[in-house]
Amino acid sequence: MMKSKQNKIKYTSGWGTFAFLIPYFLMFLVFIIVPVIMAIFLSFTNFDSIQFPTFAGLENYVNLLTQDEVFMQKVLPNTLKFSLIVGPGGYILSFMVAWMLAQISHKPRTVLALIMYSPSMTAGIAMSVLWTIIFSGDANGYLNSLLIRFSFISEPIQFLQSPEHLMNIMIIVSLWSSMGVGFLAMLSGILNINKEVYEAAYIDGLSNRFQEIIYITIPSMRPQMLFGAVMAVVGAFQGGMIGVALSGSNPTPQNAGQLMVNHIDDYGFLRYEMGYAAAISVLLLLLIYSFSKVATKLFGDND
Amino acid sequence: MSAFKGRQINPKTFHKSQLKFYAVLIPLAIFMGLPIVYIFNHAFKPIDELFAFPPRFFVEKPTWQNFRNLFESTSLGATPMSRYLFNSIVVSLVVVVLTIIVATMAGYVLSKKQFRMKKALTEINTIALMFVATAVAIPRYFVIEQLGLINTFWVHILPALAMPVGLFLIKQFIDQIPDEMLEAAIMDGANDFQIYIRVILPMIKPAIATVAILAFQATWNNVEISDVFINNESLRTFAFYMSTLATKGNAVAGQGVSAAASLIMFIPNLVIFIFLQKQVMDTMAHSGIK
Repeated sequence: MMKSKQNKIKYTSGWGTFAFLIPYFLMFLVFIIVPVIMAIFLSFTNFDSIQFPTFAGLENYVNLLTQDEVFMQKVLPNTLKFSLIVGPGGYILSFMVAWMLAQISHKPRTVLALIMYSPSMTAGIAMSVLWTIIFSGDANGYLNSLLIRFSFISEPIQFLQSPEHLMNIMIIVSLWSSMGVGFLAMLSGILNINKEVYEAAYIDGLSNRFQEIIYITIPSMRPQMLFGAVMAVVGAFQGGMIGVALSGSNPTPQNAGQLMVNHIDDYGFLRYEMGYAAAISVLLLLLIYSFSKVATKLFGDND
Repeated sequence: MSAFKGRQINPKTFHKSQLKFYAVLIPLAIFMGLPIVYIFNHAFKPIDELFAFPPRFFVEKPTWQNFRNLFESTSLGATPMSRYLFNSIVVSLVVVVLTIIVATMAGYVLSKKQFRMKKALTEINTIALMFVATAVAIPRYFVIEQLGLINTFWVHILPALAMPVGLFLIKQFIDQIPDEMLEAAIMDGANDFQIYIRVILPMIKPAIATVAILAFQATWNNVEISDVFINNESLRTFAFYMSTLATKGNAVAGQGVSAAASLIMFIPNLVIFIFLQKQVMDTMAHSGIK
């Protein structure tokens, strides 16, 4: 025992370790850490991308929270609504589907899991053409044509241009593609729970499937639940480009589908107010981080 | 009372008690699969069916015309469609191979070695799972500009290599390899590199397959890089070309071409996943955040 310990320590130090780490962590530093630090730095400046940034203190943050009506009235509520429905909604959906899939035998499970997972492979822009056809605003759009045929409506609805519908469509489309990596992790987590654990629990007086999920399944796969939660949070905040893709304009009609990622693009790449855009970025990253922290609290180790 | 309920997880065969799950799962699967079935049908519709009113879901007289139109079409600067497709294929392959190399190397050391920064690096990579690249698109632009990567082939590759979820999954998987195996190799006089090649890599094939899929999907579907960091048409990718089709307005004739392009976007993802799905499930069993 002692010998192998010593061996390990002796064998650990040196340049070899460094050489193995450097390719990944160099890219990590350059393309993740540095941009995040730069965003934090820029958020305290005025910067139009031409002149050197000038220090502005908290001005950007103050303006963002007090002056920017579009942000406070549309973008922030939209982002919260979108991510609170798509994040936990997609997450709960993924868990329930994974759990049900675990209750059926191997072959049909594989086929059904593949179908459930396939929308997430197409994530993003690739499918927006499909949705624009389905929700197209003229009578040729599939949904409109269907609704007219069954006389629910007489005039086609401009789904993608209408402030009332755009957000709901964004949510449906995002939920549709929400069963991704997190879903696979949870499915595999459920399948790997030792059967003896269940047997023991039933002997100890567990009486129904619901108790089984609460007392055995979820606690036994906490790590996968947490991984799934982080993936769901990230997916919910990342999916924001869908509104612009669907409506074809940034800002979206009456800002109905405007999320924080769009607001960043709007200020950064369209208006060149980089400092301000950076402040929104920092706020967005903080929001994602705190959401994930909540998930960690819910599913992390309880000790 | 011997019908023990807990045994129903991962059953070997069909039993009528499973019917209730099928009753929920099958309609849901239809809802999830329908848009994809639709894309398949739409891509093969001849022009009169695309225009048909009321619109029909299934194709009646399938044709390759939309694909022919797609391949013949040229974009701004007369870049042929095949060029975008070629770029996508090359970029995706290079990203997949390099991602696997850098992530497995770092994953091996993070999992099996003791050194001072180990805990901090692991922790920061786990936090970076939450990183959303589009949130810091602007500072990323400045970094990439400073490095002289704008309008180069490498801008497709290098940022993609920093893939926290890839390293995370690989490291979790290597954690399962017992230390004794490495110690035995050390006794035989193997050095770091030999252990990495001969012991680690063969044992983590499922994790490699999974990371390959994720890296492929992320790269193959990526529009942002071609859009933001490249303004030379001949270096842009198929996903970008696809997105220009989608926003070029909703002319019905363009729909068929767009659907054909969507199908080309989707098929490689699907095929690769079907081939590697078993490996993916093996990897996901170890995906937990502890």
